[in-house]
Amino acid sequence: MTRHLLSAADLSLDDATLILDTADELARVSDRPVKKLPTLRGRTVVNLFFEDSTRTRISFEAAAKRLSADVINFSAKGSSVSKGESLKDTALTLEAMGADAVVIRHPASGAPHTLAHSGWIGGSIVNAGDGTHEHPTQALLDAFTMRRHLSTISGRKVVIVGDVLHSRVARSNVLLLATLGAEVTLVAPPTLLPVGVGQWPCEHSYDLDASLVGADVVMMLRVQRERMNAAFFPSVREYSRRYGLDADRMSRLADHAIVMHPGPMNRGLEITAAVADSDRAVIIEQVTNGVSVRMAVLYLLLGGSDSALGGDQ
Amino acid sequence: MTNTTSPADVLIKGASLLGAEVSDLLIVDGVIAAIGADAARATGSDCQTVDAYGLVALPGLVDLHTHLREPGREDAETVASGSAAAAVGGFTAVHAMANTDPVADTAGVVEQVWHLGRRAGLCDVHPVGAVTLGLGGTELAELGAMAESAARVRVFSDDGKCVSDAVLMRRALEYVKALDGVVAQHAQEPRLTEGAQMNEGAVSAVLGLRGWPAVAEESIIARDVLLAGHVGSRLHVCHVSTAGSVEILRWAKGRGVDVTAEVTPHHLFLTDEHVRTYDPRFKVNPPLRTQEDVDAVRRGLADGTIDAIATDHAPHSIEDKDCEWAAAAMGMVGLETALGVAAAAMVDTGLLDWAGMADRMSVRPARIGRLDGQGRPLNVGEPANLVLVDTGTRYSVDPQSMQSRSRNTPYAGVELTARPVATYLRGRLTASEGSARR
Repeated sequence: MTRHLLSAADLSLDDATLILDTADELARVSDRPVKKLPTLRGRTVVNLFFEDSTRTRISFEAAAKRLSADVINFSAKGSSVSKGESLKDTALTLEAMGADAVVIRHPASGAPHTLAHSGWIGGSIVNAGDGTHEHPTQALLDAFTMRRHLSTISGRKVVIVGDVLHSRVARSNVLLLATLGAEVTLVAPPTLLPVGVGQWPCEHSYDLDASLVGADVVMMLRVQRERMNAAFFPSVREYSRRYGLDADRMSRLADHAIVMHPGPMNRGLEITAAVADSDRAVIIEQVTNGVSVRMAVLYLLLGGSDSALGGDQ
Repeated sequence: MTNTTSPADVLIKGASLLGAEVSDLLIVDGVIAAIGADAARATGSDCQTVDAYGLVALPGLVDLHTHLREPGREDAETVASGSAAAAVGGFTAVHAMANTDPVADTAGVVEQVWHLGRRAGLCDVHPVGAVTLGLGGTELAELGAMAESAARVRVFSDDGKCVSDAVLMRRALEYVKALDGVVAQHAQEPRLTEGAQMNEGAVSAVLGLRGWPAVAEESIIARDVLLAGHVGSRLHVCHVSTAGSVEILRWAKGRGVDVTAEVTPHHLFLTDEHVRTYDPRFKVNPPLRTQEDVDAVRRGLADGTIDAIATDHAPHSIEDKDCEWAAAAMGMVGLETALGVAAAAMVDTGLLDWAGMADRMSVRPARIGRLDGQGRPLNVGEPANLVLVDTGTRYSVDPQSMQSRSRNTPYAGVELTARPVATYLRGRLTASEGSARR
């Protein structure tokens, strides 16, 4: 059966550890003058992007190319999709072209799940962000980054701050970090936490200052300014005062604590420029690590005859 | 209804009437002519005999809530194909919802649907009239003209959309009093459900699908029962889906408000856990709720707080369901599985007996819709609208064998026991063994 990466919940502790260990090995390739391995030569990886996300797409593209895969970028804009072609017909087309893996970004939650279970396509499906559901490779690269700085994840206190309600990054991080044994606290105004968050494997709080005490990792989520218009919060200024990370709040963190952000940042809203550009911020490293982690995922999904990745059947 | 010649006499032998007394039943000229030992004695020479030993006889089922899609979406269903599905499901009367294209908001459109039903002749098709022009929610449709048309409309509904304007709802409730009509409300506060994809709760939080909170249904029902009480009008609540709604209805009935309510088989049987598959066959409005809600609507139906089971049969073409969740249409077909699913929820659990099922699926819906000659007791002199039900053979739901033009059932492969095997409309066999008799 095909193996897919649709949700961070698909990964057992062994699976996740294997991906992170593999990413460690593959990261060394990036330090070499010739940044290329022959592992996926002759295999085809399709980047199927129904949403603009240049940074995620080029990260997957770089990962696939460093493994010598053939990469096809399929962007919904300017394609038949914008003329009303269904997800099904797009999938059948890719299947006819012989895609070994499809990396999909889609505005609808569950679209990768539908693709993986529809029978429309036989290759591996990698969720590169679906609606407000999940973004499992982001969680993996975040965990990879934490592990490099803190050596262990188990028992570490991770505070995730911002628009949890609409965040696929938060959902995947909560699930993966729970598997890896971290203690996660979500911090947001109550309007930006989903009904039902109480059943997630984490704590939640409305008080950022109290939650920062003892934090090893502070992960700031992007907050879209238009949320203000839907009465999720009254104003940008009030949001920044209550839930933004500024130099003053950062100064109260422990020396070893790191600041993360999945990008793109709204400087001055959820994070000030002083914090974003400080030594604490590992935001650019996250981008670098994204390539290694995505190499590991593609390698494990496509490389061996029997994929070592567990998860979705 | 179109056949002018009287059907042959039929002697149904050994049926269990409402699941109780085993008896023969003789149909002559579309009417129950004799019951018991008299039945066999009264048969003429050209009488057709039906062996019904082991089968339960119920009055023909009446659906208050059916989408037949004609005019406008004949690719998904027609009055004829929907009537065939109804007959196979044991129904002898259905109410065809108004959200067609054009909308059933004039005497002309409701008469068209009514005539199409007569032509199909497989069950009585009673058009529901729109409350507001074009389901727009701003101006009343000509309710009187629809009531006085050949279709004799008594049920008015903007189903699919909520009459959310409180003043307009009040006026509609008042106005239909003159017509002996009822407003059937699709209770959904529109602002609380913008872009909603599924029940809001633990599952929606995990799946990242925008939530349809129970309060959006309950707040409208609360408002409407207060309005109906205030102006002394009759209110019907469509597809009740939450535990809170049942509580509000129980309270309103206790205060003497003239309110009735229906629940669908799927809200009696399925929960939002099914949405974890992202399979659009489980996408429906109102959405599938939690197990606590399912338990509450079952109890509400059993104790009579909820009056009727209604299918909300909602056929959709393949392309409207063979896609990602967000792009899929809401709704599921239900006419052909209604009795089996409802029995699994209510009879197999001991919450209702077959007399109770007859009450909730025939007697009370007929009364709510003001249908003469439907939902009548199985007595001598009554119209011979009845269904024979096999209650003892397990079977698996097969979408490919359905009479509906659409196949969007969530029950494919589900095992049920109650199955309608013969349906009689005024003495004429309209369906047997899963096939309509055109």
